[in-house]
Amino acid sequence: MSDPVMMTPKRMVEVEVDGQAVKVFEGQTLLDAITKVGIETPTLCFGDTLAPKNACRVCVVEVEGARVLQPSCSRKAEPGMKVHTNSERVRASRRMVLELLASSVDLSTTSVAPEYLAAYEARPEKFGPQAPPDTHRDHHRAGHSAETDGQLAATVYQGKKIDNELYMRDYSKCILCYKCVDACGEQWQNTYAISVAGRGFDARISTEFVVPLPESACVYCGNCIQVCPTGALMFKSEHDLREEGEWREEEQTVTTTICTYCGVGCNLELHVQDNSIVKVTSPPEHSITHGNLCIKGRFGFQHAQARDGAKK
Amino acid sequence: MDIKLLDVAPTEVEKGAVDLLLGPPLSGWDGGERDALTDTRVAEGGHESREDRHLLLPVLWAVQDRIGYISAPALAYISKRLMVPPAEVYGVASFYMMLATEPSPPRVLHVCEDIACKCLGSDDLIATLQERFGPEGAVSTDGRSTWHRSPCLGQCDRGPAVLMMEAGLEPFTRTYAPASSGTAFASLAEEEGVVGTEPAVPNQLGDPSLRLLRRIGVVDPWSLDDYRAKGGYDALRNAIALGPAGVIREVKDSRLMGRGGAAFPTGVKWEAVAQQPARPKFLICNADESEPGTFKDRVIMEGDPFSLVESMTIAAYAMGTETGFIYLRGEYPEAERAVQNAIDQAYDRGLLGDDILGEGFTFDLEIRRGAGAYICGEETAIFNSIEGFRGEPRSKPPFPVEKGVFQKPTAINNVETLINVLDVLMKSGPGYAEMGTQGSTGTKLFCLSGCVTRPGVYEVPFGGTLRELIDMAGGVPDGRELQAVLLGGAAGSFVRADELDIELSFEAVREAKTTLGSGVVMVFDDSVNMHRILQRIAQFFRNESCGQCVPCRVGTVRQQEALARLASGKPRESVEQELELIAEIGGCMRDASICGLGQAASSAVESAIDRLGVFKGGAQ
Repeated sequence: MSDPVMMTPKRMVEVEVDGQAVKVFEGQTLLDAITKVGIETPTLCFGDTLAPKNACRVCVVEVEGARVLQPSCSRKAEPGMKVHTNSERVRASRRMVLELLASSVDLSTTSVAPEYLAAYEARPEKFGPQAPPDTHRDHHRAGHSAETDGQLAATVYQGKKIDNELYMRDYSKCILCYKCVDACGEQWQNTYAISVAGRGFDARISTEFVVPLPESACVYCGNCIQVCPTGALMFKSEHDLREEGEWREEEQTVTTTICTYCGVGCNLELHVQDNSIVKVTSPPEHSITHGNLCIKGRFGFQHAQARDGAKK
Repeated sequence: MDIKLLDVAPTEVEKGAVDLLLGPPLSGWDGGERDALTDTRVAEGGHESREDRHLLLPVLWAVQDRIGYISAPALAYISKRLMVPPAEVYGVASFYMMLATEPSPPRVLHVCEDIACKCLGSDDLIATLQERFGPEGAVSTDGRSTWHRSPCLGQCDRGPAVLMMEAGLEPFTRTYAPASSGTAFASLAEEEGVVGTEPAVPNQLGDPSLRLLRRIGVVDPWSLDDYRAKGGYDALRNAIALGPAGVIREVKDSRLMGRGGAAFPTGVKWEAVAQQPARPKFLICNADESEPGTFKDRVIMEGDPFSLVESMTIAAYAMGTETGFIYLRGEYPEAERAVQNAIDQAYDRGLLGDDILGEGFTFDLEIRRGAGAYICGEETAIFNSIEGFRGEPRSKPPFPVEKGVFQKPTAINNVETLINVLDVLMKSGPGYAEMGTQGSTGTKLFCLSGCVTRPGVYEVPFGGTLRELIDMAGGVPDGRELQAVLLGGAAGSFVRADELDIELSFEAVREAKTTLGSGVVMVFDDSVNMHRILQRIAQFFRNESCGQCVPCRVGTVRQQEALARLASGKPRESVEQELELIAEIGGCMRDASICGLGQAASSAVESAIDRLGVFKGGAQ
């Protein structure tokens, strides 16, 4: 935030967004330009502390002269670009992307999903009734698929993975945004416990040979949960409360404090319901931690409330 | 990097397979014996090991070839040796069709189920296997063999095709095409004397007008001397006489356009790479010919492999690229053996390596074997595959000429494009451009397959018609009517029987809203059920999508489902609504996918609906 860094002067680039001229710094993206003129753009795989993966394609825009639509989250602004964010072509692709996702993935805990689906009048049900969970999904051979009669819309549904006390992984809710992989790997944590495995519709987030997390390299920093946009990765405490029907987000308070475990001084946001901590996040905009924590800051709250003992 | 591995020790066999490729480990840090005195105090070799990540796919192949699948202990050992986290190694291994990540018998028969082979009886072959051997993946009683369906094996001129991969101390991979069920069973039963395919001989053999195919069937593909006796390496001498800038000038003057599908001007690409200040630069030959119906590059590599090595040497000389890769699909074992022999002989004679022909330039060339992924024919996916990552395409820009493999300037050309350069240098750029049309110079290789009397690769100058080409191949069998032609492959489009007067040039097909793509001309007569063909094309794209972006990952599935409903006569609401849905899905895939695979995944299907009128009372 207040780093005394010598900034080399940056050139400004002027682009036109839906007819409005706007200047952004060279190197900034079309999304930056679009946001600057006050237009909202749906994003799913875009996370401001991570390099854009541009995999979800829900933020595509039309750039005059380009053959195909461009992902605004990662396409750099170039002088003179004329961008359309609400053309029929853009709306059709965004709508279809949302329909493809909503018909194959459980978006029930994706907070932005209802708003996006409504804004684009998406009708995911048009592909037909959804196929039931596939217990064999983690073991599909690359490049193979069974013939289909098309009567059920294929889904990524499979069983939840609950193999430790801290997280729950429900890949039925995974839109494959790659954010957890990037946060676990080279962009933040350097732990590399998970990767994308398989191919095509069978692509999935996995440890090596699908081993349970405790056997993997996972260090339970929870940074993957922090960046997950869909609730596929969740605090086990949150998951359990949701299962019991006791998760009441509107009643929760969020208290910002500083982690006391070591001298780094990471900011913690304690989400409290019924006087007990149910989840810990960290502000993504914080200049030191960028939303990241370690296992102690993220999960070390249990001693403060001994929740298992208290419940019994 | 601190890598946590599963607690499983590799067997001597697994360790041996890896070490044979990588050499023995240097210390306890990269997989060797841990020395309590030295290894506990200094960590060495991590950086060096990580530099070798590009060996990940070769080393996975080494294990696959030795034991038939990537076992957990072998994966952990690879992880340790290359300092690549095990989850990532698994992510890469599970990306490829030809690498198994679950226990598998050492012998796997891959049976082509793609469109050309479908026309030649692969459905019957598969039905026979299911009935007499067992369902896909069933293991023989001795535990040694199994079979799987496979996408196009690139043997469309002589299908139905099968490919036997046998792991072991002396692994071998062999193609059988055409394969009767007898051949398939004999191969599964390890009978002696089952004969593999030979290099194809062009039907135009002896035609004096041939340029790209002139040596095929004439030259001994295993002999550098014979290649030189038939004019080989004259073009390299001409190139050296011209100098690097002169070569690029001639290639630009020839107006040669890339033959891989995109038709980008080769000279422009080469000039851009030559002008890049960054070093080192790379040259890649895209020999991952996986487009269903395409087999021209296979015919070249099997029949005239030295021509590829020579043309890459010329390209390297022109652009100053000191390292080259031939990314060759794993389904082409015969081509790999022929090209590897050509590379070895060229090294022996000073035609590769340092100081080539005493002219002071260096070019090192090696083959990288693909492992069963159509997407790895996409140029940026090749880069990721070579670097040891999942073969997922990258966003462009930046373009390969600026940031290609290893983020360095890279020229990437198709096999056919490269061998055209020999002709450019023998005739001069303007001399080469005399043949063909204004916008499409030179000759083009076309892969004729499906319902034609004489399938195979044909070389014709640009500017002829589709009808002439099909007539050269003998047309459809007697008594049959031509129903449709698939131009450009699964990513291309269908044309009707009344459109055969289309001129075969880049500009004319663009005008006619179709494509030459990779040169596929697949002919369907009235005996073919087009619904089955479309369903297979849809399934092909579903199976081959890398899965990175939503439009392609899910769109290909929804397209397949809609086609299945139409083909079975059970549309959700109405046929019209399903056709509208297919068009909507296609629009999103074309507009919003990251790469050409998704952008073209609906092309053939939509052309069949709009142009042929399939599902609209037209072709069946």
